Amino acid sequence: MRSTWVTPGGVHPPENKHQSVTMPIGSLPIPEKLLVPLSQHIGAPAKACVKVGTKVLKGQKIADATGAVSVPMHAPTSGTVTAIEDRPIAHSSGMSAPCIEITTDGKDTWIEHKGVVDFEHASPQALTKTIADAGIAGMGGAGFPSAIKLSPGHRRPINTLIINATECEPYITADDSAIRERAAEIITGIGILSHILGNPVNILIGIEDNKPEAIAALEPHVADTGISVVSFPTKYPSGGEKQLIYILTGKELPSGQLPADAGMVCINIGTTYAIKRAVVDGEPLISRVTTMTGNACGINRNYETLIGTPVSHMLAHSEFNEHACSRLVMGGPMMGFSLTSAEVPIVKTTNCILAPSYSEIPDDEPAQACIRCGMCAEACPASLLPQQLFWYSQAEDHDRLEAHNLFDCIECGACSYVCPSNIPLVQYYRSSKGEILKAREEKVKSDHARERFEFHQQRMEQAEKDKEAKRAARREAAEKAKATVAANSGTEKEGTGPVPGSAADIIAAAQARAAAKQVSPEEQQAKFERSIAGAEMRVQMATDKLAETNAKQTEDQKNILNAALEGAKQKLEQAQARLAEHVKKHSEQVK
Amino acid sequence: MAFKQITSPHAHAAQNTSKVMQLVLWATVPGLAALTIQFGWGSLINVVLAVVTAVACEAAILKLRKRPVAFYLQDYSAVVTAVLLGLALPPLAAWWVVVVGSMFSIIIAKQLYGGLGYNPFNPAMVGYVVLLISFPIQMTTWITPLSLLPDGVSHPGIIESLGIVFGGYSPADGVTGATPLDVFKHSSGLVVDQIYESNPLFSQAAFAGVGWEWVNLGFLAGGIVLLATRIFTWHGPVAMLAAIAVMSLLFWDGGSSESPGSPLMHLFSGASMMGAFFILTDPVSSAVSNRGRLIYGALIGVLVYIIRAWGNYPDAVAFAVLIANFAAPFIDNYTLPRTYGHTDRRRATEKEED
Repeated sequence: MRSTWVTPGGVHPPENKHQSVTMPIGSLPIPEKLLVPLSQHIGAPAKACVKVGTKVLKGQKIADATGAVSVPMHAPTSGTVTAIEDRPIAHSSGMSAPCIEITTDGKDTWIEHKGVVDFEHASPQALTKTIADAGIAGMGGAGFPSAIKLSPGHRRPINTLIINATECEPYITADDSAIRERAAEIITGIGILSHILGNPVNILIGIEDNKPEAIAALEPHVADTGISVVSFPTKYPSGGEKQLIYILTGKELPSGQLPADAGMVCINIGTTYAIKRAVVDGEPLISRVTTMTGNACGINRNYETLIGTPVSHMLAHSEFNEHACSRLVMGGPMMGFSLTSAEVPIVKTTNCILAPSYSEIPDDEPAQACIRCGMCAEACPASLLPQQLFWYSQAEDHDRLEAHNLFDCIECGACSYVCPSNIPLVQYYRSSKGEILKAREEKVKSDHARERFEFHQQRMEQAEKDKEAKRAARREAAEKAKATVAANSGTEKEGTGPVPGSAADIIAAAQARAAAKQVSPEEQQAKFERSIAGAEMRVQMATDKLAETNAKQTEDQKNILNAALEGAKQKLEQAQARLAEHVKKHSEQVK
Repeated sequence: MAFKQITSPHAHAAQNTSKVMQLVLWATVPGLAALTIQFGWGSLINVVLAVVTAVACEAAILKLRKRPVAFYLQDYSAVVTAVLLGLALPPLAAWWVVVVGSMFSIIIAKQLYGGLGYNPFNPAMVGYVVLLISFPIQMTTWITPLSLLPDGVSHPGIIESLGIVFGGYSPADGVTGATPLDVFKHSSGLVVDQIYESNPLFSQAAFAGVGWEWVNLGFLAGGIVLLATRIFTWHGPVAMLAAIAVMSLLFWDGGSSESPGSPLMHLFSGASMMGAFFILTDPVSSAVSNRGRLIYGALIGVLVYIIRAWGNYPDAVAFAVLIANFAAPFIDNYTLPRTYGHTDRRRATEKEED
């Protein structure tokens, strides 16, 4: 029995998991139309590689990954692509995004596919590529492309592989039921991960003690594999990555770091099943286990659901009563988001559709005043002070919010859950985080603008000074010339002073002007050097800008920036060439 | 099909602010019962009068501020303030004392600052201190505990009590008397043992002071219920009581004529227990973090003892709490908990100091 650690805070909401595990994982009839969003993961959206009218087979790639952080999409069944356009997707804002619509043919014809049974003999790189090509992204909720987590090039070797089977959210039993029925395949999936990561010393399956059937199902398969099934007391949110790492290892992940920085990799257990299917069976990620639960549905159970299945299709086969439904939630009751329409599709991260009745989850009561009772602070798993965050969030005091570690909030909702005044705390934190990020971006922009302005100002001042100096030189020369003329004429016609308009005078003045205009070689050189400095500055700025935007910008923007950089470099070269020429000429003159 | 857009979390615990306040009210019952048994009907009349006044004031101001009156009255916070003030005031105090105090608590100390959640000072204690400074005689006239009443004299009945409160009649001789803290304040020259022998408040006491020990036990019992139901954490109350105990031990002085009294006497006299469990636990005006509440509670304990021992007032919970209220935001700046993934605690003012 491995020892486990206890996280601070946490809550014990009613589990409500029993309703959906009375029946084994079922399957739904193939819906008439499937809607596959191009962005179901963290990172760049995939790019459609089929056209409207293309006939596709089950498992055929329909969208390519773009860039380093992205995954491809595959057709969940056979049929015809009937639309590639923006449709409402499952998102807390209810927004629309590009989707591929497939009108299914009901034949469910697989594309030719083949897996690797003896994966132990495959190279980790090849296996990682298989996982990437299968479109696998974290199925626990975040949707981070799994292949990236498994890619080599970590700063430290991975010594701990954590499989997250916590499923701490109430109602959800997708992982629980998958473990009960597919333990052997899951363990194979973990074996693949272990092989890719170079056989980490610790392989831990973290699971809450409210899933005894799942634990019992896993145990026979882990014997002699070096995998430990570690169960610990049920408490929400034990399934948060940071929380689970602490529970299993007693180590805290330093703020802002990834598990890999601490030599760990954390993978959801549902994802390990998808990885097994991808590697051993050669099947891309085209379906997942999703829990359909809540009292507004007559049937509560888990379904092996095709990605792209409209939620309405699932509801229609679950004796759904719309009038009894208080809200429709994708995900669990703690962190799930409400859907305004049931036409949105199930995606790779959808572990649950919750359709509660009014008695289960009533409409929210109006918020009362915060009395700073501190129940939220007692519940916070990150040891924050939610009541203070709320206070400063209302005041938009960004400095205080950051000092109170707003960005360490994992938005688990434990604070709002216990709040006796019904304050939607998490909503305040999300909004404040957004505002702070926006303010930071704007600050970077305004800093750039300020630098540019200051440089411009400096240049103008310098130019003005130079002009002034030239004017002074000219004036001086003219006066000198005048004085010479005066002296000359004085000797000739004593006492009459210089004769205005005399020929000698005009010539002297013209000579003086010419002398003033004739910039000294030194001055000429200084001018060239200034223009070189200016050009160098522009090159530097363009390089900086390019480096900064490299990570997040699209190809087009990068090209524009690259062009700007090239232009600046050319100007620099020209200026340098001119200077060299000048110096050469001048030195020849001197000789 | 269209559904409501509602932010997560969707599940909520059954607790709500009205229930919290009502539980606090129930928890005052043992203390109120002890006060009524030991000192007669006065405290009960205080409480009723204060509640009526406070709720009326709260409703009036909410109406002036154009707030939904029924919604805010339902939080029971005005009732809690009034009950605590009523319990703190001397039994059989004139009606206008109670009314003025309640009005001041609700109108000035609470609503003018923005109502529930926004008052920097404990409203009940603001009302109490205003009364103590304005009407010292009325505020320091206490009733003799039941067992020390002279022969043939009893606490006035309910009708007679109402007459005293509303009609301005004086209670019979011997009904009013000193409190244990008064005795210590005004008995310089006697060593502690002499005081304990000569004064029936102590000589007939079970362990701390006749009448008062039961009142304090009553509030202690109520406080333990609130602790057990997790309405507040132990940090504030325990820190305050520990600070009082430590201070009175340090300055016990072997029971000489200079001694301010024993730890037991201080812990179970005056408003010690009521202050620890019902006053400094007011979350609105206290420090917020657990560490902050330890410091806040200890500060109150030390201040209570200092004022009792060397100040001008026999009891000091109200003053100590108000002074600590001033300090609470400052304490908060330096007592942030260490967040997951951070090696150190941060200061709230960190970013402003850069």
